[in-house]
Amino acid sequence: MFSFDLLANGLVAGILLGGFYAAVAIGLAITFGQLDIVNIAHPAFVIAGSYIAWILNSRLGLDPVLIGVLVAPVFFFVGAAIYRVYYAAFERTGQESLSGLAFFFGVMFIIEVALILVYGVDYRLVTTGYIGATIEIGVVGIPLRMLVPFLVASALTAGIYLYLSRTFMGRAILAVAQDRLALQLMGADPVRVKQFAFGLAIATTAIAGALLIIIGPVEPSVGRQYIGRVFAIVVLGGMGSIPGMFIAAMILGVAESLVASFMGPSWAPAIAFGLLLLTLAVRPSGLFGRQ
Amino acid sequence: MSDTIKWMLHFAGRVLGALTIALALAGPAAAQEKKPIKIGFSMALTGGLAGAGKAALIAMEIWRDDVNKKGGLLGRPVEFVYYDDATQPAKVPGIYSKLLDVDKVDLVVSSYGTNEIAPAMPIVMRKKLVFPSLFGLAVNDEFNYDRYFQIMPAGPRPKTDWSRGFFELALAQKPRPTTIAIVAADAEFALNAAAGARENAKKFGLKIVYDRTYPPATTDFTPIVRAIQATNPDIVYVGSYPPDSTGMVKAANEVGLKTKLFGGGMVGLQFAAIQKNLGPMLNGIVNYDFWVPEPTLRFPGVEEFLAKYKEAAKDKGVDPLGHYLPPYAYAYLEVLAQSVEAVKSLDQAKLAAHMHKTTFDTVVGKVKFGKNGEWERSRVLFVQFRDVKPDNLEQFAGPGKRVVLHPKEWKSGDIVYPYKK
Repeated sequence: MFSFDLLANGLVAGILLGGFYAAVAIGLAITFGQLDIVNIAHPAFVIAGSYIAWILNSRLGLDPVLIGVLVAPVFFFVGAAIYRVYYAAFERTGQESLSGLAFFFGVMFIIEVALILVYGVDYRLVTTGYIGATIEIGVVGIPLRMLVPFLVASALTAGIYLYLSRTFMGRAILAVAQDRLALQLMGADPVRVKQFAFGLAIATTAIAGALLIIIGPVEPSVGRQYIGRVFAIVVLGGMGSIPGMFIAAMILGVAESLVASFMGPSWAPAIAFGLLLLTLAVRPSGLFGRQ
Repeated sequence: MSDTIKWMLHFAGRVLGALTIALALAGPAAAQEKKPIKIGFSMALTGGLAGAGKAALIAMEIWRDDVNKKGGLLGRPVEFVYYDDATQPAKVPGIYSKLLDVDKVDLVVSSYGTNEIAPAMPIVMRKKLVFPSLFGLAVNDEFNYDRYFQIMPAGPRPKTDWSRGFFELALAQKPRPTTIAIVAADAEFALNAAAGARENAKKFGLKIVYDRTYPPATTDFTPIVRAIQATNPDIVYVGSYPPDSTGMVKAANEVGLKTKLFGGGMVGLQFAAIQKNLGPMLNGIVNYDFWVPEPTLRFPGVEEFLAKYKEAAKDKGVDPLGHYLPPYAYAYLEVLAQSVEAVKSLDQAKLAAHMHKTTFDTVVGKVKFGKNGEWERSRVLFVQFRDVKPDNLEQFAGPGKRVVLHPKEWKSGDIVYPYKK
């Protein structure tokens, strides 16, 4: 069943899918990869972002991407507040490993149940002009429903990368990930830096949620499907490396897409996670991790 | 007569009057004070199947209120005892054990869906209870339990009957299709549906050119649809759950899937929110359904029920029209109630015997169970989406948008063939 058309389309579909995965994983690359916070509630924040996109899209007719960008600052402050609670309750007393994990499980359930109680359990979808449309370039068809998330995710990744590498606060976030004590000795407050970084990570989920609901329907518990995948991307990328995370997301997306095209879609997770294991066997710190 | 005696007689008269009125009022009240009949069940109120589970619960509560208004069952009020199984099959056995051993319910009915019904079976069977069940596909094939009664009209051989109509419809077309692609989610119901479709394809002499499953957490369906397209099948049969069905329909439109018949066993295309969002992308798809507002399916009581459901479902975040599951959630309790009233007892053996031999009148029409507890005759409808307009929910409330093509008995229009996108 091999054909060039299928290969070309599979590759393009995989890259587009990888872009979306990167948007979902980028916040976790900051919290889990750089801050060492196992934020298991990350996909639940993404779903909260999807619901806000749905509400404003259905009531005001706004584009979901625009909604995601507008709502991101609100998510930033929510994230910063959650980190404060987490710090005061667990990190300060050194109980962040297991109790912190339980805390984020709790946050995940609270978000899910709150969405169920307020908005019910029906599937939610958005309407935009580009859902359903396709651009044809030669033999390759590019659905706008996947292209828009890819472009937004690429811009988001580039923006976060530049912010972390070029600004004072960005470098402070990278520094707190490497050596918290050294940062403290230089007169910076690591708690404030981490609070800012956590807020930034949660802000990205508002945009990722908007992209998710462009691709398909959303209900309160659908975020759980992404927990394994996004953690795998962050680990594969090298725990905190933004370019590594983006490339890892591409690898997973392309692997899933090509396997679905040529071998059968049910093999896709096995192949994708097999790649993860293989990479970790060769490079235990991930693709772009420090050795 | 002294004033005192007059006053006493007057007072006695008043007391007597008051007592008479109190007794008259106490008749139904006394019935209500009788020990209630408790019906126990688990239901998916959170998790992946919660959309359907909550809609089913609303329908069941409408039935309970209707019955209690009429004086209850056997003169006793009906009460529900239920727990959320969170769409987790592992929780179901514990819930039914609690219902039977702690809550001491009198009757049980099932949760929604194959995955939630099967885990309850061993508990229910051990206690020898009748088990009216809500939308499980071929659950009793494994258990062969003679007190299992399935309200979903899949038919006596549920696996194959589920898709038989789709194949009969396809093979009646000219030119006759010769090849088929089968794609299904890696989960209980979809796999059963695909297994039945595979058997039917072989029986009807169709060549299977694509036969694959996909993980339920799949995000993008375009590579799958392109792989199907590459095999150039005449028919594409899909067994999928709501998020996948949406992804599959969108991908088919984006890829421009060229096939003669597309659809089959896609769960979700019956839900109003998904129908509204997909809009014209649905046109031409032939998919299973169990009730649609076509003139051939106006069973007594169904419209009154749907009006009540529509009102009750407002602002609850569930399917606002409730065509798919709610009428059957009402009907499986109607069946149970009619048997209880007929045998005038809660004796499980008598109830089972009555259920096996009776034809029930319900809001989903006449229901008659076969030996294995499935409907004696299949009534899986195959409907074709027609002339669907964008972003309009109300269009699905009336006839003409989901035309019944099969079975002949309920047909409301002819197929538009071939499906082209």
